[in-house]
Amino acid sequence: MTSSLTDRRTSLYETHVEAGAKMVPFAGWEMPVQYDGIKEEHIAVRTHAGIFDVSHMGEIEVEGPGSLAFLQRLVTNDVSKIEIGGAQYSLLLNEDAGVIDDLFVYRLGHDRYLVVTNAGNHQADLAQFGLISRDFDVYVRDAIDNYAMLAVQGPNARRIVENTLRIDLPSRMKVAARQVGRRPAIVCGTGYTGEDGVELLIDPEITPAIWTELVDSGVVPCGLGARDTLRLEVCFHLHGNDLSTDTDPISAGLGWACDESTGFIGSDKVAVLRANGTDEKLAPFVIEGAGIPRQGNPVMLGDEQVGEVTSGTFSPSIEKGIGMAYLRSDLADPGTEIEVDVRGKRRTARVSSKPLYKKAR
Amino acid sequence: MAEASYPEDLKYHPEHDWARIDGGEATLGITWYAQDSLGEVVFFEGPEIGTEVSKDQPYAEVESVKAVSDVVAPLSGEVIAVNDTLADAPEAVNADPYETGWLVKIRLSDPAEADSLMDAAAYTASLE
Repeated sequence: MTSSLTDRRTSLYETHVEAGAKMVPFAGWEMPVQYDGIKEEHIAVRTHAGIFDVSHMGEIEVEGPGSLAFLQRLVTNDVSKIEIGGAQYSLLLNEDAGVIDDLFVYRLGHDRYLVVTNAGNHQADLAQFGLISRDFDVYVRDAIDNYAMLAVQGPNARRIVENTLRIDLPSRMKVAARQVGRRPAIVCGTGYTGEDGVELLIDPEITPAIWTELVDSGVVPCGLGARDTLRLEVCFHLHGNDLSTDTDPISAGLGWACDESTGFIGSDKVAVLRANGTDEKLAPFVIEGAGIPRQGNPVMLGDEQVGEVTSGTFSPSIEKGIGMAYLRSDLADPGTEIEVDVRGKRRTARVSSKPLYKKAR
Repeated sequence: MAEASYPEDLKYHPEHDWARIDGGEATLGITWYAQDSLGEVVFFEGPEIGTEVSKDQPYAEVESVKAVSDVVAPLSGEVIAVNDTLADAPEAVNADPYETGWLVKIRLSDPAEADSLMDAAAYTASLE
């Protein structure tokens, strides 16, 4: 992947460059992959607080009397369960139950929802939202340019955000309208790290000032590199790696985010997969000795390929190679020994339960 | 080390590898530029003792959290030592790439190959 003239920049681009961040192209954006180092940033989030520029994430607003019926048809989870001020993880499927995107749905009002999408899928999501919206009394609007998004994550994240921005924060999996930098903002009690924290949807104009205020209060700037190691340690899926239109929710272990009774697009197919079981299952694993698994590595049992790694990295918390792989279903149970072919070298690994990183109590 | 440095007593290969030649033997490693581009090294597994390495060919890999990078041999020869301390402390490649962060030692099969390598000034100029 190389940088291109068409790559977009977030409102924090200059802030990142001035701070010495290493910038990389990611899903059509120029984003910081790291500041001082992925390991340090990762540990800062596990033990203190880190801040991520995730302004490349997309936002779609859904409004109108048909909002609930529209979203029930469009996404997999039971949207009727979200109370005003609530949040829910969901999937956008095609008719074949292939995963177009995974997203968060926030309910802002009675007939008002905000959907947060992945950068690389935002256009595909918009197309699907637009197409399906024709059958419902609903208004769909691309809001990606209205918001910058900051994720502040870690055991001290809430306390610092509260004290620095002087706002009350919604609890975990809740959302609230607030003023940040004297502008309307949406504050979400969600994240992608396995730590407590918030995600702030704020006016791009004031974002550099807010970022600087939080960093001056001791929050550690983090790049997408640490975001990836943090999410993989707690087995959160990454669309493009662990999910795609070639994978279905049941194989991916996301049956819990699907309620077929709502009649979502692809629900018939999901019901069949749930009833009959799938040939493959996505399972997390840890390399027992040396070696770091990478995306695309074959998983072997003797001479037979029985799976493929979809995400792999070095875990700064566990200090071992970790990953997730689609495995033949009979091999996907925790404790099963497998071998990962890492560029020609067989590395012994063990299927684990989720999450791979368990917080010390 | 935080600041770029390219010691005068080393020979440099354009693939960002260095050699410290001592008679018929040489110690090999990656340059400050290479470790900085790669990020924190979290894994290095050297070749077996006795392996023949060939000039300009990869002989090992170093890995950071996100990336895998081939290490290219600046000179040809037989591996006579591997830096085993890197198994537990791979970060030495970042902290001290020319001393404790060395990778392998080889017995040179063709010492004249060294004539094609760059000195510190030429290598530094090549980075600009």
